[in-house]
Amino acid sequence: MLQLFRIQRLWRTHALKDTYDVVIIGAGVHGLATAYYLAKHGITNVAVVDRWYVGSGASGRNTAIIRSNYRTPEGVAFYDESVKIYEHLGEELNYNLLFSQQGHMTLAHTDAAINGLRVRAENNVLLGVNSRVIWPDEIARLVPAMDMSANARYPILAALYHPPGGIIRHDAVVWGYAAAADRMGVHIHPLTEVQGIGRSNGQVISVKTTRGEIKTGAVVNATAGWCSTIAKMVGVDLPVVTHPLQALVTEPLKPFLDKVIVSATLHVYVSQTDRGELVIGEEINPYSSYSNRSTLPFLEHAAEHTLALFPCLKQVRVLRQWAGLCDMTPDYSPIMGEVEGVKGFILDVGWGTYGFKAGPISGKMIAELIVTGKTPDLIRPFRLSRFREDALVGEKAAAAVSH
Amino acid sequence: MSFLISCPNCGARSVYEFRFGGEIHDRPPVSASEDEWTQYLYARKNKSGPQEEWWYHRAGCRTWFKAVRETATNTVIETRWP
Repeated sequence: MLQLFRIQRLWRTHALKDTYDVVIIGAGVHGLATAYYLAKHGITNVAVVDRWYVGSGASGRNTAIIRSNYRTPEGVAFYDESVKIYEHLGEELNYNLLFSQQGHMTLAHTDAAINGLRVRAENNVLLGVNSRVIWPDEIARLVPAMDMSANARYPILAALYHPPGGIIRHDAVVWGYAAAADRMGVHIHPLTEVQGIGRSNGQVISVKTTRGEIKTGAVVNATAGWCSTIAKMVGVDLPVVTHPLQALVTEPLKPFLDKVIVSATLHVYVSQTDRGELVIGEEINPYSSYSNRSTLPFLEHAAEHTLALFPCLKQVRVLRQWAGLCDMTPDYSPIMGEVEGVKGFILDVGWGTYGFKAGPISGKMIAELIVTGKTPDLIRPFRLSRFREDALVGEKAAAAVSH
Repeated sequence: MSFLISCPNCGARSVYEFRFGGEIHDRPPVSASEDEWTQYLYARKNKSGPQEEWWYHRAGCRTWFKAVRETATNTVIETRWP
């Protein structure tokens, strides 16, 4: 019986070594997945550093939605690989991630929105992603609690239904990756803030932290919220603006909703967790900020918009609300790959409001980039130089609000 | 955190009356290189700390003005006409 209450350490603490092959900044799902896949390639002399605790940033603050029904072929192919990894990740990490592929539904309240959903559905089907436009009779059958009345302020006209989408236990993904990476010899260093990055002849040579200096040839910037600050240490200004995004969770209810519901018009997305709590997210705050403080206007808007979809939630109380930082890029796609002119400085940033679902595939691709020295084809569209080359990957229609 | 901004015309109002116009950066000369234009169009300082930025009093006097705001705490240090 005592064994039940044994303290289990998922990862060990280490003294900071003075040399690592790779230093990953940011101990969230992206950084830890990169470390895990590097270790699988045999590179285990890796440090993952974070200014605060493991999973303290966006990895612990998102709304845990997984999906691949994006708009551009580049985006769909990339996020679909991530969904495929997530499907078997619990088994691979030997950690229960509570992945529920319950289905994901993006609502259309206008004719223009239906056209947008049709483009996405066609692109998805062409790339082998299960996704289709459905109409009010089927929506009402799948989500009986939703207000489908035609005289609503924003009547529901159609939806993009994506059955493989769903929700996952986001903290478990972080812990699972951390524990697996630790088992293979990766050093995880929380409470270790990066203060500077040393360069010589256009090559990264060291990282200065609050716990000492590390010599290294490769640095991965896998931060959210602070990616501009880290990039500035090597003299790079990123096309990123940091906005807070807020979410809330209600008291637990009996299970009544087994689909992720997203409405871009109402700026709201709703899902019910295994515990019965409703997780409700909104769009990013309308001004840039590094403040994680919550606001009352968010709570008012989120409640109003959720009640427009689910009038039955009128008496339900909110347990808590929180905010996380989103690094928004101009085209709502991430920035990945080595920076031209700074050898050994690799970006995995600009993850806006869509970073958590892409964690596994990003880690795998960044690890492959470090091991082979070549940018994998899957992430080449997301290179930093796309802004100069005028080759943006426009995902605003599929990524703004509709997580 | 929700906060107040002091419009130079109307005084202190809720941030939700305003439209955020982004950080202030200088437009390069017409003769600038493609790289400089790319930097101007896309790259941002995105500073954690006092940031000079544009705001528009959408639900008030409908004028643009400049502000200095501490982005880590949302404290508005100063507002002024451009």
